Amino acid sequence: MVVFLGIPLYVVIHGSLTTETNQFTFANFKQTWEFHSYRVAFKNSLILSIWTSVVGAVFGTWLAAAVVTAKPGGLLHRIVQSSSGVLAYFAGVPLAFAFIAALGLQGVVTVLLKHFGIDLYAHGFTISSMTGVGLCYVYFQIPLMVILITPALEGLRSEWRDAALSLGASKLSYLRHVAVPVLLPSFVGATLILFGNAFSAYATALALVGSTLSIVPAQIDNALNGNVLVGADRAGLTLGTEMIIVILVVMVGYWLVQRRARRWLR
Amino acid sequence: MIRFEGVQRFFPGVTALAGLDLEIENGELITLLGPSGCGKTTALRILGGFDRPDAGRLLVDDRDITKVPPNKRDMGMVFQAYSLFPNMDVRTNVAFGLRMRRQDKPTRFKRVEELLALVGLSETAHRYPYQLSGGQQQRVAIARALAIEPTVLLLDEPLSALDALVRTQLRAEIRSIQQRLEITTLFVTHDQSEALSIADRVGVMRSGRLEQLDTPENVYRRPATQFVAEFVGAMNRLPGRMGDNNEVQVLGQRLTLLNPNGRKPGEAVDALLRPEALEVVPDPAGPGTVTDRTFLGSAVRLQVTLDGGQKVLVESSSLSAHVQPGDRIAMRILADSVVIAHEPAAR
Amino acid sequence: MTVIGPGLAGADELIVGPPPMSRLRWRRERPRIWRVTIFVLAAIFFLGPLAAAFKYSLQQDKGGYGFGNYGEIIKNNEVRSPLVTSLEIAILSAAIVILLILPTVVWVRLKKPKATAVMEFVTLLPIVVPPVVMAAGIQQFELNAPSWMFQYIDHAQSGLIPFYVVLAMPFTYRAIDTGVRAIDLHTLVDASRNLGASWPSTLVRVVLPNVQTAVLGALFLTVALCLGEVVIATLLLYNTFPVEVLVLYHQAQVGASVALSMITLTFTFLLLFGLSFLGQRRRGGRATGVI
Ligand SMILES: Nc1ncnc2c1ncn2[C@@H]1O[C@H](COP(=O)(O)OP(=O)(O)OP(=O)(O)O)[C@@H](O)[C@H]1O
Ligand SMILES: [Mg+2]
Repeated sequence: MVVFLGIPLYVVIHGSLTTETNQFTFANFKQTWEFHSYRVAFKNSLILSIWTSVVGAVFGTWLAAAVVTAKPGGLLHRIVQSSSGVLAYFAGVPLAFAFIAALGLQGVVTVLLKHFGIDLYAHGFTISSMTGVGLCYVYFQIPLMVILITPALEGLRSEWRDAALSLGASKLSYLRHVAVPVLLPSFVGATLILFGNAFSAYATALALVGSTLSIVPAQIDNALNGNVLVGADRAGLTLGTEMIIVILVVMVGYWLVQRRARRWLR
Repeated sequence: MIRFEGVQRFFPGVTALAGLDLEIENGELITLLGPSGCGKTTALRILGGFDRPDAGRLLVDDRDITKVPPNKRDMGMVFQAYSLFPNMDVRTNVAFGLRMRRQDKPTRFKRVEELLALVGLSETAHRYPYQLSGGQQQRVAIARALAIEPTVLLLDEPLSALDALVRTQLRAEIRSIQQRLEITTLFVTHDQSEALSIADRVGVMRSGRLEQLDTPENVYRRPATQFVAEFVGAMNRLPGRMGDNNEVQVLGQRLTLLNPNGRKPGEAVDALLRPEALEVVPDPAGPGTVTDRTFLGSAVRLQVTLDGGQKVLVESSSLSAHVQPGDRIAMRILADSVVIAHEPAAR
Repeated sequence: MTVIGPGLAGADELIVGPPPMSRLRWRRERPRIWRVTIFVLAAIFFLGPLAAAFKYSLQQDKGGYGFGNYGEIIKNNEVRSPLVTSLEIAILSAAIVILLILPTVVWVRLKKPKATAVMEFVTLLPIVVPPVVMAAGIQQFELNAPSWMFQYIDHAQSGLIPFYVVLAMPFTYRAIDTGVRAIDLHTLVDASRNLGASWPSTLVRVVLPNVQTAVLGALFLTVALCLGEVVIATLLLYNTFPVEVLVLYHQAQVGASVALSMITLTFTFLLLFGLSFLGQRRRGGRATGVI
């Protein structure tokens, strides 16, 4: 198991740290930073990941909360759980197509809105813009959040609410003093995962736009396919290592908050 | 005084409370006892305001509080387990109710210190719940409930997650604090000895109703119904026959029946007798054989198999101590024994 | 104790019947605004595009509506062969996942409980490595690979399966581990060994049936991943089913690609939805209304 993960990982990291003649160097990293398009790609990737993960986290938690408070074992419960599984693990590719069918140039919704005199595309919206792609990311971010946060929501004990009420707290102060603080580590942790997920996601963008979108994975794709900017032969591998570093940082943060969450929600 | 008036509560397919009537005097500790699922927790939750009755009323000093929300009731509640807020340390947990009542910090913390001292946990003020043992957590929960100086204290099996030693110790503490502060208390428990030993009065519930509410002694010695008799403590069933004046004839002795219910003379009944109401004497011509003998320290418990095949438990001190398994014996009923007839099965 | 039937109970046992249902229902299940809001939003956001896509997929080139796009898929050889490839990959990956991960989990839980934390970390690693980066590494490696490996690399099956298994590991390992943790593994295994079962038959006959739901869950996730993964497959130039869907789309056969997506989505949803019924016996419903 470790081999099939280890070899690609080793190759990437090794490649990013060496020159053509196999000498150790950090120059590749410096180089990628000097190219405007790579910097833009990183900036775009970060912005995209941040807003889709925050939006996904908020709505995902809301949806999960609504499901958890519904009747356990009910049909609603199951439908939301199963579809979350499907959407989250498919990384939204089929939904990307559905999205095109709805909001593409000939999409059902686009056409419908035109009837009412609203021209989406006149306002600069396209499905292949950062906004369009981001909206599509939300399609798998929300379900993933539902999956990640549901156990934490279920871990809230009814005794805590009852105890708070019997001690004179209103429902609102129960939420403020107990429910929210208890959930916060899980929420932050899940949001970090969402961030990492969006940061490394490429399938949706590939489906919607192809490799022309200015985000890091697309740049790696380009680099691998030979569309390398002059003077950056190792750009693909180097960008890869840089991505790994970003996500590694995020995962360490996740691990730290998760420790606290576990302690509380046992 | 607290009064449940015909309180009913239904869940889909289940009747949790089928018209509960219960009166609790001020400063009294009542334990609720009953088989699992008989509605004890439901009754407690309704009194605490966490659940609303489908029918009936709840009165405190003749004021109807049925619709008062839990945070306005002034009733402290201690749950079976896991009720401490995990994100707060012990001190903040105990101070929570005072904070909700907008008391200033110095007052709060002074009170918290008093309470922690009361439950013997002053050193743990800055620990978090997950750093405490089960018994310590329950003490904190009690301190937290007491901090708001509630008029009523509700305890739902607060000790059932603890081991026997801690349990006995803690229940004595609860009782002494309750008596000192004169807090009206409703205490739900599964443990019979717990229910009998700390209560002013014991309520025995069954299927959403109160079967009997009386002093621990009376519940044990003068059970109102067959159910109470068999649920509280061990019971033997011996065949008997109704005589005159609500007397019943068992093993050739005449005894007064506690629940005559208009039975006719000559009717065959099963009489219920406690193991300690029986006495055995070695008698080769007797009607039974000792089949098992357990030494209990202060007494000896014998299992006697009557010739009809029926098994009877007998518990007694020294007298029958020398009887050994295999011995033939005769049985006698001691004078002041509990006798209650087996009620007829549903027709 | 539910309402006791006659026989066990005395005459006083007859319990007043429940009150009229309508009032109860209203009180217990009063919909809350915040819940309804999110359900409506989610329905619009998620079902809207799906409905649009479905409508779209029914549009035919000649105009009008019909199942033409769906019929096309079945006839089209270019779709069928990648689909077969992908199904092979999915099934083989799923098999490997079971054969590899279940014994590993059991072994770690039984013999090396201290390694649990390490395993959790290792199995989390694939999340850290984005698929693109993984693809980059693989490609780079294969450029310099010894020649005997080419025959493996040439086939989509052998070229992709190991990586899909690794990619799926964070989810599959966790799913199975959770399942195994929920049963009393030690006692089960000891009992089985004590009764004379060998290790393999203990695994197959005792452990597997008891973690059935978890294993099925892991399997379905693997299948979903194999049927949906495009990044690595595209970059390494394999022609799998999801890649073909993309190709169709870029060849302007949008209707067919949307139709294919709909099929995949529905299929996987039904798998997971079915699983949720299988798994229901395990969990008691926890208290609700906590928020
Ligand atoms: N929220 C609920 N929804 C549905 N049924 C419930 C609910 N709460 C309680 N019940 C049912 O009502 C009945 C009484 O429950 P209750 O919790 O009061 O019993 P209990 O006497 O406290 O039992 P135990 O001794 O086991 O704690 C049970 O049959 C239970 O299944
Ligand atoms: Mg209970």
